[in-house]
Parts: sequence; structure tokens; C-alpha cells
Amino acid sequence: MTSPRILLSPVFTGWRSVTVAVVATIGLATGGYLFGTIASARAGTSGGGSATLKLPPIIGVERAVLTTAPNVPAPITRNHATKVLVELEAMEKTMRLADSVNYTFWTFGGTVPGSFIRVRQGDLVEFTLKNHAHSTVPHNIDLHAVTGPGGGAAATLTMPGGNSTFTFRALNPGLYVYHCAMSPVPMHIANGMYGLILVEPEEGLPQVDRELYIMQSEFYVKKGAAGQPATLDMEKGEAEQPTYVVFNGSVGAMTGDKAPEVKVGDRVRVFVGNGGPNLSSSFHIIGEIFDNVYSEGGSSITQHNVQTTMIPAGGSATVEFRAEKAGNLIVVDHAIFRAFNKGALGMIKVVGPDNTQVFAQIKGFPMGKH
Amino acid sequence: MFTPLAFALLLQVTVPMVDLPGGHYEPLYRRAGDRTVQVEPFRMDRDPVTRGDFVQFVRTHPEWRRSNVRGLFADRRGYLADWRSDLDGGDGDASARPVSGVSWFAARAFCTARSARLPRLAEWEYAAAASRSQHDATHDAGFVQQLVSMYATRESPRTLAFAADRNAFGLRGMHGIGWEWVEDFNGILVSSDSRSIGEGDHNLFCASAAIGAVDPSNFPAFLRYGVRAGLTGRSTLETLGFRCAV
Repeated sequence: MTSPRILLSPVFTGWRSVTVAVVATIGLATGGYLFGTIASARAGTSGGGSATLKLPPIIGVERAVLTTAPNVPAPITRNHATKVLVELEAMEKTMRLADSVNYTFWTFGGTVPGSFIRVRQGDLVEFTLKNHAHSTVPHNIDLHAVTGPGGGAAATLTMPGGNSTFTFRALNPGLYVYHCAMSPVPMHIANGMYGLILVEPEEGLPQVDRELYIMQSEFYVKKGAAGQPATLDMEKGEAEQPTYVVFNGSVGAMTGDKAPEVKVGDRVRVFVGNGGPNLSSSFHIIGEIFDNVYSEGGSSITQHNVQTTMIPAGGSATVEFRAEKAGNLIVVDHAIFRAFNKGALGMIKVVGPDNTQVFAQIKGFPMGKH
Repeated sequence: MFTPLAFALLLQVTVPMVDLPGGHYEPLYRRAGDRTVQVEPFRMDRDPVTRGDFVQFVRTHPEWRRSNVRGLFADRRGYLADWRSDLDGGDGDASARPVSGVSWFAARAFCTARSARLPRLAEWEYAAAASRSQHDATHDAGFVQQLVSMYATRESPRTLAFAADRNAFGLRGMHGIGWEWVEDFNGILVSSDSRSIGEGDHNLFCASAAIGAVDPSNFPAFLRYGVRAGLTGRSTLETLGFRCAV
């Protein structure tokens, strides 16, 4: 495994506005090509020079609270960086994928999608990956929030019954996908090994009333013999023709009783990820308009008043809206056969007094005039 | 009372072995320029080594009993972890089921005591590439799919019985336990990050990334290589057993 040799020669002008000139040379098979010269500057800064990368001091230590979709850990109220301990266990588990279809999922934390992780920009994250003793295969983890070899994968090949630990600095704020990158990667992702990690900016995110976690992904199903769970269908996977496209790991995971509830008037923020493995998502909520979209999971609002936002496989988006009207909001992938035929349907219930100023049905003659 | 010699003689007589013809094995990763690896004719156990066989072994070789084994030669947390005691491999028909949770050192000692050896990686992969009807089913999508499904829904080794099915060589349960030790399990360098490309300071296209792999669709082979990449000689997994060859 080749580690890029990175020569850091930035001018330090304060943690918030570090300007870094990076020359990365990557030793390749034939003995080292100059891969490129990357001048990387944080938005809003200019100039160049040389100094060492300055990181905020680490004060204290805490254990990350992890949550299962659609729940999100509480916002971080700290105003300093800390050491955050994160522990996630890979386990293989047979669960319901759709009515009368059980599937042997590979998971982070026993759920699909995996646990939501929330840290703050500048935090030193000590990440421990465990692999359950009953697992059949080794697993590792690539967190897209990590600056470093393989996003952590290079340090986390973990055998059944084992564990491995590495640390990283959460340098860049944003909403990031994590996934297993063990060979063969498509099988690990197709079986359910992905989740989201949020790196809050130092100043935090604007306060809202409710935060939700939704992750889209698709499954390629080979039916099992009688009594046996379904497994990955190689042919459908390669052809990118999924049997199911789902939100939060199974058909109906967020409909009916399992639909999250918000109140009329709530400002709602949804952290949306797309685990893939193959499809991009045309993410849409029927009956709402996104007031704000942080497209591609970046750290700033890129657009207002958005109907449908595109989320690439292995990517994310943060969307915000105010729930103005009581009723059910329907979450879909607007590539609509996926919603209608393959399971890409979710629901958010908006409860409270109705607001006829926003919307009112006026009597008509839907059946025609007699 | 068994003696080591009696153990060796007993198993030499009673363990059915299969003669495999020589042939070619196409590695998942190969040296630049190499197409295939020549495999000489060899003999290999028809079935994985059973718990019953291993009880006989530890009876005559007490240094390999669970309570005696040295940490240098086996990860003691997992070594024969689901046995009821040093000489009791479990309930009922346990003795007929494959042994797992043994280290490479232990597996090797067992085969040596039988005047045999562990199969080499090329031999094992060559033998395991056979479906019921074909010696080399590496590129048979149906066979590959069958293994993908099997690996994902594998039975617990506590209840695993031998498949009656034989492959085209006459071998049974090649993929049943999950994984089997080979003599040179660490002979292939695989990067811990499966997507990196090789660094080129050795002849192998290392890393289990699709780049450099002969057949990106052969997921079962990727899984086996991934497992081997994580093993050391003292590793013990409940899905890892072995069989011997001569």
C-alpha cells in the first residue's frame, strides 16, 4: 500500500482560515510519477506560503452517542475540540427486507443503515471497529470524513472476533458516507454496510426543531431455498438492476407506524445519504419544498427552494424545510418506478392544527357533475 | 490408550483421500506474464478434518489441548472455543462435524502427525474451483452465485453437517465450513485497503482491488483472499477449518 507523501507548506493564519499549499507525490508502480500539484485553499482565503498545519487543542474526552435511523444524535454544544471515542461493530444478521423476504445483511451496528455518528470539526476521533465473532468475513471501514489512507480502511482490516483502532482529525465539516471497503467491496456495500457521519462546523448548524436520518440504498436479491434467507444476486448487481430500492434498509422502514412524526411549524432538517451501491437518487418529498439544500453534503447552503435534489451513490445531501401543513409527507426517489414498484417510499407525519391558509381543498365535482 | 504412532496409523488407514490429477490453476492475482500455475498431481482428504479426528489428535498430543496450547501458536480466545472440554468436541454427533477454531500451527501439527501436510494455496484453489460437474467452474456464473449465497448464509459450525454433494474431483464440503487453512496462506500480499493498487516493488499485483485481478466477478475468490490477508499463523476463526494433503 502506497502512502502519498504529502509535503505540507502552509501559512498559518489561524485555524479558521488556514491556507495550505500541498504538493503530493504518489509513488506509483514504476517508481514515482509526480502526480500533481494541488494548491488547496479554504474558501474565502487567498495567498500561499509555508508553515505547519495548526490544529485546535484537544480538551477532554467523550464517547460518541450513536443513533439508529431515523434518529440523529443531539447537536454538539461544545465550543472546543475534544477527543471522541467511537465504537462500531460489524455484524452479519438476517432481517426482514420486504414482506416475506428475509435477507442476510452485513451491517455496522446491527442495523441498515449503520449508526449515525456526530462529531465536531477539529475533533480527534478515536475510532474502534469491532467485528463480531460470528462474522464469516473480515470487514473494514472507509469514512469519507477521514483525511488519510483509505479513509481508515487501510488501518481497519478486522477479522471475525477482532478489533482495530485508529485516530483521525475531523478536518472538514460536512455530511459524509461511511462504508465497508473490504474486498469484494460491491458485496459488502450491497449487503448493507454503510451509514452517515456528520462533522459539524465549529460554529455549529443553525438550530432547528427536528433532525432526521434517511439513507437510500438498493438490494439485488437472489431468493434463497425454502426457509433460507435471500442473498446478493451477482448478475442483477452487475447489471445495476435492483430488486428493491429502499429508505432506511427495508421496504416500509419508514411508513405507517414507523414513520417519524414532526409538528406543524417545525423546522425540519433531514440528513440524507445514498449508500448505493449503484444508483443515484432523485430525492424528493411530495408536498414539500426544500427551503435549503446543502448539496452533496457540503458545509454551506447551496440552493433555496428546491423540489428534487440529486444524491450520488456514496454521497449525501442535507435538506431543510418547515412543516407548514398537517398530513403525511411522502419521501421518494423521483425516478418513480423505484418508488412505485421497488420500495423507495417513506413517510414523515406532520401533526398538529391544520393550516388552511397554506392549502385548502375546495369542494368540486371530482366524480363529474350529475 | 493411543500413542502418537497409533494415531498416525489409524488415520492413515481410515481417512478417505482423493487423487487429484495435475492441472492448471488461474490465480486471482498473478505474476506479470504468468497465465496459470501448474499444479502437480496430489492427494487430499475427501472431507475436512472432523472434531472426532481432532479429539484423537489432542489425546495423543496433549500440547495441542485447549488448556495447554501456547499463545504463541494459537489465539487462545478462539482456539476450539466451542468445545465442552479439552477432549469433548460437543454434543451428539459433534465428532462427525468439521473442526474449526484451530490455528495454522495446530492444523499443520495435525497433518504432520499423520505424515501428511497442509495443501498449498494453488492446490486448494485448484481443487475448490470444481463444481459438481466441472473441474474448473471458475467462470461459471451459476457456480459463483451458488458460493456467494452459501458464504452469506453459512450455518454455524456447531450444527454444520457435511454436504453429501461431491465436487467433480470427488471432494466434499470444500466451501462448507467457510474457509480452510493452506500451507502458504500468507504467500499472497493483499493490501488491507482492498481498493489500492499495487506498489510494484514485488512481482505480484498485490491488493484485492479489481485492478490486477483476473476475474472481477469472482467474488468468492476475493472473499477467500481477503480472509487470508487477515490471518496470522495463530489465528482461530469459527469458520476456519482444514484438511490434509500428501
